[in-house]
Amino acid sequence: MTKARFPMRRFTSLLFGLVVSASVSAAGGHEGLAPANTQVANKAMLQRGAAMYMNYCAGCHSLKYLRYSRMAEDLGLTEEQVMENLAFSDTAKFGETINAAMTPKDGAAFFGKAPPDLSLSARSRGVDWVYNYLKSFYVDPTSATGWNNTILANASMPHVLWELQGSQSAHYGEAKEAGASPAVESLELTTPGLLSPAEYDAAVRDLVTFLEYAAEPAILQRQAIGVWVLLYLALFTLIAWLLKQEYWKDVH
Amino acid sequence: MAGYPNPNGAPQKGLVGWIEERLPVFSFMKAHTSEYYAPKNFNFWYYFGSLALLVLVNQIVTGIWLTMHFKPSAAEAFNSVEYIMRDVPWGWQIRYMHAVGASMFFIVVYLHMFRGLMYGSYKKPRELLWVIGMFIYLALMAEAFMGYVLPWGQMSGWGAQVIISLFGAIPGIGEGLVEFIRGDYLISDATLNRFFALHVIALPLVLLLLVVLHLGALHQVGSNNPDGVEIKKGPKGNRWSPEAPADGIPFHPYYTVKDLLGVGFFLMFAAFIIFFEPTFGGLFLEKDNFVPYDPLVTPEHIVPVWYFTPYYAMLRVVPDKLLGVIVMFSAIALLFLLPWLDRSPVKSWRYRGTAFKVALGIFALSFVWLGKIGGGPGTDPVETQIGRLLTVLYFGYFVFLFVYTHFGFEKSKPVPDRVTTHD
Repeated sequence: MTKARFPMRRFTSLLFGLVVSASVSAAGGHEGLAPANTQVANKAMLQRGAAMYMNYCAGCHSLKYLRYSRMAEDLGLTEEQVMENLAFSDTAKFGETINAAMTPKDGAAFFGKAPPDLSLSARSRGVDWVYNYLKSFYVDPTSATGWNNTILANASMPHVLWELQGSQSAHYGEAKEAGASPAVESLELTTPGLLSPAEYDAAVRDLVTFLEYAAEPAILQRQAIGVWVLLYLALFTLIAWLLKQEYWKDVH
Repeated sequence: MAGYPNPNGAPQKGLVGWIEERLPVFSFMKAHTSEYYAPKNFNFWYYFGSLALLVLVNQIVTGIWLTMHFKPSAAEAFNSVEYIMRDVPWGWQIRYMHAVGASMFFIVVYLHMFRGLMYGSYKKPRELLWVIGMFIYLALMAEAFMGYVLPWGQMSGWGAQVIISLFGAIPGIGEGLVEFIRGDYLISDATLNRFFALHVIALPLVLLLLVVLHLGALHQVGSNNPDGVEIKKGPKGNRWSPEAPADGIPFHPYYTVKDLLGVGFFLMFAAFIIFFEPTFGGLFLEKDNFVPYDPLVTPEHIVPVWYFTPYYAMLRVVPDKLLGVIVMFSAIALLFLLPWLDRSPVKSWRYRGTAFKVALGIFALSFVWLGKIGGGPGTDPVETQIGRLLTVLYFGYFVFLFVYTHFGFEKSKPVPDRVTTHD
């Protein structure tokens, strides 16, 4: 019997190996993106990220699914703290969702395309994508805003965080096809900003961590509860195993 | 039902007896639990039937709660899912249980089906059991497809667009049929609304009926086992009953406690995903589905959820659309015919010829690999060639199986008279 079982086991492990490798390659998505290394359970990061969002992003980008009240509760802030320091729109109400100061109509007129709502962007793009996007702006005199981006070519968004990062310029390589514009090979920081490169990375990491939270506020609850659920299930399984052993004494 | 014996042979008294005389529910339950004798040698592969039932119950219960908050309209569906995820107390938990549950259903069902292939569970006298199971698989695919459309994300709409347009490849009636399914000239509110109706009422009813028939057919012929030996044909008499098969043990309590152990392990696996990686790296909930459906913006890659990707790969590697559709549907249809394609009298692969084991291995490998290709962008020409080879290998299994067993090429080992673990 053992003889018959051996190839089956080997075969099963091969099957599972394939499934895992398939899921890993699907999970990778964009290759070559630096990891964002967000820490969504870190309240200080979330608070700094929220402050950064409200200061630099909320003028144009709404978070139409996130309520100020929910954010206050999850980030450990009071209503006063949020309404005085994080809600810059005159019409903002604590129980309501976060709207942009700019109307979508104005946005479309200013940028050609209304700045998108960012409630779910950390989930639809992935945190690594957003992290790299915010680090990849460079000066491009040919574009309408004077900026371009290596992650999202010809993005209509200007480099809002330039005073923090400084400005980068691009080194161009050969064009891939004749007539095409030359490809960007690397970016170089030409004018330093208020933050050092390491500080800027950390600031963007805070911002992306906040966006990850905003895309799924339940992430805080589910990770906290999940540990207890798994511990309970482990205990349940242990008891089920003991029960099975006890009953199956009759059979074996 | 009148055929079931009274549990004690004597009339029951009191309320139980009163009910039993009018509707024999208690003897019915007994006949299907403590007096249903299952082979004693079930192994790992025999957990997945009961787990499929568990997932079905999970889908129904969480589904009921989701319908309390979901709005089946194109204007509100996406928002209502986010409302469930953020504002409904424990809504995220229910939604993840339902969404992850859908993928779990297919994991469990694929393993359950593979078990049937390994141990020949589709063979006489279980042909009808297998065919009913295949109908469950079909209904499940329709149920999952329509469920995926409901959150009204980009992949919901564009996936529906791709899948429904497949019916347009049918000559003559194709275009009319596509319009009939969509209820409109494009994927719209009407499509979402009718898919909601089918997803929450029509198909669950069909599924439940089929599952009852599947269990009824199973208990009529009895369970197969890893040795592929018919315990009903073996000696009679065990410690519970003189007429029961000697190698059978009462389903309850022996397999109920054993399945409980399987449930424990399975729930740990499922809970880990639900609480720590609910999108499973974009496989269970695709990234593009966090963007509301926009008929004017086509996603970069339109790919169905992982459990459909093997068939999707077949569709994509065949250059002609109609031919691709035929290949795709035949891949499923051939599974229905397995009981009649495989002529070998030996059920379990433990005692079958080496070529059978190799062929089954290649078959499973082709299916998984096709799934990997179908989930990719489909732009690599080398991969397309590999996909074609794998499609041929997938279909080759059925041809091989018939030729190998019909013309007597198979050299099987002697099958024991009783299960290998008997006393």
